[in-house]
Parts: sequence; C-alpha cells; structure tokens
Amino acid sequence: MIDFSPQLVQLLSIDGERMPRPDFDPWVDDLDGLALLALYRDMVVVRRIDTEATALQRQGELGLWPPLLGQEAAQVGSARALRSDDFIFPSYRENAVAYCRGVNLTDIVKVWRGNAQSGWDPYTVQMATPNIIIGAQTLHATGWALGAQRDETDAVAITYFGDGATSQGDVNEAMVFAASFQAPVVFFCQNNQWAISEPVGVQAHRNIADRAPGFGIPSLRIDGNDVIAVMAATRIALDRARTGGGPTFIEAVTYRMGPHTTADDPTRYRDPAELAEWKTRDPLLRLHRLLTKLGEITPEVEAATQAIADAAAAELRAGCIGMPDPEPLSVFDHVYSTPNATLERQRAEYAGYLTSFGTQFDIAEQNGTV
Amino acid sequence: MTMTTLTTPTTLPGLDAPKPVPLTETKTLTMGKAINEGLRQAMLDDPKVVLLGEDIGALGGVFRVTSDLLAQFGARRVIDTPLAESAIIGTAVGLAYRGYRPVCEIQFDGFIFPGFDQIVSQVAKFHYRTQGAVRMPITIRVPFGGGIGAAEHHSESPEAYFTHTSGLRVIAVSNAQDAYSLIRQAIASDDPVLYFEPKRRYHVKGEVVPELGAPMEQAVIVTPGTDITLLTYGALVSTAKDAALAAFDEGISIEVIDLRSLSPVDYAVVEASVRKTGRVVVTHEAAQSGGLGGEIIATITERCFSYLEAAPVRVTGFDVPYPPAKLESHYLPDLDRILDGVDRVMGRR
Repeated sequence: MIDFSPQLVQLLSIDGERMPRPDFDPWVDDLDGLALLALYRDMVVVRRIDTEATALQRQGELGLWPPLLGQEAAQVGSARALRSDDFIFPSYRENAVAYCRGVNLTDIVKVWRGNAQSGWDPYTVQMATPNIIIGAQTLHATGWALGAQRDETDAVAITYFGDGATSQGDVNEAMVFAASFQAPVVFFCQNNQWAISEPVGVQAHRNIADRAPGFGIPSLRIDGNDVIAVMAATRIALDRARTGGGPTFIEAVTYRMGPHTTADDPTRYRDPAELAEWKTRDPLLRLHRLLTKLGEITPEVEAATQAIADAAAAELRAGCIGMPDPEPLSVFDHVYSTPNATLERQRAEYAGYLTSFGTQFDIAEQNGTV
Repeated sequence: MTMTTLTTPTTLPGLDAPKPVPLTETKTLTMGKAINEGLRQAMLDDPKVVLLGEDIGALGGVFRVTSDLLAQFGARRVIDTPLAESAIIGTAVGLAYRGYRPVCEIQFDGFIFPGFDQIVSQVAKFHYRTQGAVRMPITIRVPFGGGIGAAEHHSESPEAYFTHTSGLRVIAVSNAQDAYSLIRQAIASDDPVLYFEPKRRYHVKGEVVPELGAPMEQAVIVTPGTDITLLTYGALVSTAKDAALAAFDEGISIEVIDLRSLSPVDYAVVEASVRKTGRVVVTHEAAQSGGLGGEIIATITERCFSYLEAAPVRVTGFDVPYPPAKLESHYLPDLDRILDGVDRVMGRR
C-alpha cells in the first residue's frame, strides 16, 4: 500500500545515499547502475542543451528561452516513466521532457526563435507543444483522458504545470472533472518555488499537495531533485490511472535555479543565499555521488557523457542558426482547415502588395498548403 | 483515503435502452426539436460525436434540446458535466486531440465568458499553432438573444467577440430547417464552430426536410427585393421579413438576407444584393459599437462604394449592458425600429 500522507518522499539523499522506503522501493527495483547512469546521462545532456539555448538567446539567435536549470530530475524522472502511447500536455518549460520524448533538438527551439507557434507535430511523439496560457493544458489532458477512458485503452495523460498554475481556475476545474469522472490523468506539478517573482507562499498557504485530497484526488509530495523518487511516484500514479484508479496529483518539490525566462532578472527579488542553499541539493550532483559509490562513474564514462552532451549542444546550435525563415505568405496558412473566402482575399491582396515591391509570390502554391 | 464515486459516468446504455430513431421524412418541428434531431443524426453518423454540458442528460438541457439523447446513447456520449464552462471547453479540446467531435452546450449566452479563454486562446488557435497537425472539430452551442423576459446574463448576444476571433466559424440559425441542417454541418466541420440558437424562437415550428441543405457559410435571400438590402440573422430574421411585408404595402421592396454564417460572412451574396439595391440596413440585437453590423457596413463601403445611394444604416441594441426585462422592449430592435431604419435609408426622415 502506498502511503499518501503529506510527508516529503525522498529515496536519494543529498549525499547520494539510497534511502529505503518499503512502499516506493518496489517501483524502482529495476533501476540498476546502468539504468541510473542512463538517467544521469539524460540529465547532463538536457542541462547542456539548456545552457546552450540560453547562450543562443544571449547571442540574439533566440527571442526567448525558459531555462529548466535545477529541474532536470523532475522532468527526466517523470518522462522516462511514461509509455510511448501515454500523452503529455506540458507547459512551456518541459524541454527535458521533450528531449526524452525524442523531439528533434531544432524543433524544441523553433518556437523560441519565433519561426512557428509550435515546434513539432504532437502526434509523432505523443506530446503536445508548449502551452503558454498558465494551466490551460491541464484541462486538455483531462479531456484526452476522458477520451482514453471511452476508447477503453490503458494509455494515460500526464500534464505538467508549475506552482503558480495551481492558482488558476483551469487547474482546479481540471481536478474537479478528473475526480468526477475518475479520468486516467496524472497532475505533475513542478513546484520550483517561484512564479516569476512571486514565491510559492503567494499561491498556497499550505503545501500544494495538500489541496488535491480535497478534490478526492490522492497526492504525493516528493523531492523533485531526486530522480529515483520522481520516477517511483510517476510510475505509481501511472499504474493507478491504467488500472482504473483515476487521477493522482504529484507535487515535485524542486527549484528554478535560473531566471523565469531569459527576460527575467531574479537578483531583483531573490535572496542569493536561497540559491546557494538549493545548489547543495542539485539533482545531478547527488545522482553523480550515488553512481560514484556504485562504481559506475569512471573517467571514460564522464568523458563519453560530456561528448554526447556537447554533440547535442552543437546540433542544437547548428539547427537553430540554420533554420530558414518562414515564407511571408505562410502567415495566412492553417487558420482554418478549409479555405475561407475572407482570408483568401486578404492573402491575395497582401501578395499583390508584396509583389508591388518587385517580389514574385506563387499564390497557387501558397493556397495548396491550407 | 476513501474515494466516493457518486456516478458511473462511462456506462453504456442498457439493453432495454430506447433505440435512437433518426428523422427520415419531412416533418413539422419546433426549432428546438429540429436541433435535437440534428444532434441525433450526427451521433448516429459518427460514434466520435459526444455531447458535454450542464443539465444535458436526464433533464435534456434547460431548453430540452438534448432530450432523450442520454437514454438513447448513454453517459459515455452524453456527459452531464460539473458546472465549469472553461472545463467544458477545455476538456473538449482534449477529446478533440484524441479524435472526438465534441459538442458543448453553454447553458446561456451570458455564461460563456468563464469559457472565453479556452475558446479564444486554445480552440481558435490550435490548428494555426500546430500548422494544421491538430484539428479542433468542436461545436459550441449557445442559446442567445433576448425577448424572453429573463434575468441578467440570460439574454445576451456575444457573437461579435467570436467573429473577431480568427480560427472560429460562427453560425446563427433562424428557423427549424437551418437549425437541423446546420447543426449537422457544424458537427461535421473540421474547424471549431460557435453555433448560436435564438432562444425566443425555440418553440416556433417549421417544416424540416432531413437533408444537409446549402453549405453553412452561404447566406440566403429569404425575401427578394430591389430597393433595400436588409441584413440580419438569428431571431431578427423573422422580424425583418415582417418589415419587408409592411414596407411592401408602402411601395418599398426590401431584400432580406439571412446571413446564417457570421464568420465568414458570405460577401458574394451580400455584394450582389447591394449592387442591385444601393441601400443597406443591418439589424442585430447585439450592441452597436464594435458589432458585426459595423464590420459588414465597412466591408460593403470598401467594395461597393460607387453603388451606394445612401449612407448605410444600423438598427441594433444600444451600447448598454442588457437591460432588465421590463426595459428590454426599449433595447431590442423590433418591427417599428427596423421600419424607422428603412425610412432613414430611403431619405424619408
């Protein structure tokens, strides 16, 4: 029996000690040294990607970037617990989840370069593209889960959102619907302590995880910087959903070590001592310590891991810089699935306007892409 | 912890459930019943059509438009939801993601605003956002308009918010036949459709042929005429036809056009009429400023300026919140106010 009491679940200490816990341990007993090393590699790579994307923004190649620095365990541990037919409804910071899902690195930054509102086809990886309206995607996940329930599959929807989102009506409505219909959905809240400049205390007077039981949804409060606890909790929640147990709420307690986005300046509102304290709880550091104790970390492994991360960063950079700008008239594409007379008239008029500057546009070809 | 499940929301209809019988021959129906028949046919045509809304199950909706559908199709497909409009729309988005065709009922026009963000920021934008990868075949049914002596928030005409939103199609029906045909077309559309039902016309009967009819984006000339083009939709189509009759007695020939589609507007039909008549009156219950009438007149003026013989005229609700029931007759355009507009466009006053 899983203990759904509100105490923080931790399976890996800051010192890299594996902490036994009888109700959670069976869910991660397959995590041998190699499996843990694979998780570590993911976390190193996504941190490297994140750093590179931040650099690309500073160099003017990206318009904006929402760093996930510090949240690698929460994202990798949960993403790697999913099945390929589960469907993910993220916010905009789940770039490590996208990486684990196999999204092309260039596609991850397409939105942030301003080339598209959506970087990939959600159906190719069973992951929706970033949703920028805070908390809106939790309803989409719940609706998808209602569909899965009707289709009698055991696929599960998981939705990611932050501590700030828990104040939104949509998140609360999603929990009402999920509970009423016992929808197979996992609410995965990354409580990274900050909603831009507002500390979590502004959103919640008690632990966020305390809220879910009031909706009739069991919740788990876990150390979000502990990749083993994250994976165990996510597997427990997924299993409940698959077997008709309905929704589960996970509060992964973590920390946004960087700014909200590259446009933010946390030095204006955050005590540097707090950041220093959280750096001691770094998710990569503690897994590295465990792996070292297990004898999995060797100079060769370190070098190979770094090489993979650097190669990913180089691929991201090349793909970002080499991305062609969208065609001007594509601004009119895909507003509707069928042609729309009013819009086609605007397209033709604007094409004529552009042509008046001496540039030719093939309207027929553009029309073919609606 | 203990979990209490009060309902079994995914149950299939029992073996003794009544079989849904589709409309197969021409019949005289109220507009409300015509929508009910259209919904039934759409559900028979496509097992992915599901209904979501408040009180749409056992009650059949506060206007009984979904009567009997729960018994016939079961709670998997006719979903009585918690009272949360944003979630009705937002879960429909998720269902659409999975290949469903959700039909949402918003109980009253004035209750749509808690769902406004999901409609405008999500439903309308998904196809564009994902470059066509994710379609939103969602129909949002909205009883709209006044004239029923109702409390606040029960008589509004919010259509302009949605015609101003790219990515949505907006329909307003005026009679039983269109109600039946266009609800089926709206549900079959791969684009999201706001489907406005003039609530004071729910009980008006008309002949319904069980056919899809003309495409929903087509406007229809309901009274041919030569002197004035009178453009309207929803409940006021009936009033506009009365105005055409009354004006005919005074020697004025009014062409009444039922727009049916408010986004996109069928400007081919509108322009052809204006080029013939040279005079335009637009009437709607919604407030004037920022309303659809202004947009239509601007477009006509751009495209048909040299054909116009008089400044176009709007006969609309005033720029006030919808008033209390005892004042609504002073707010709603009626036969006399439309005829006053006719006099103005004819230069008679």
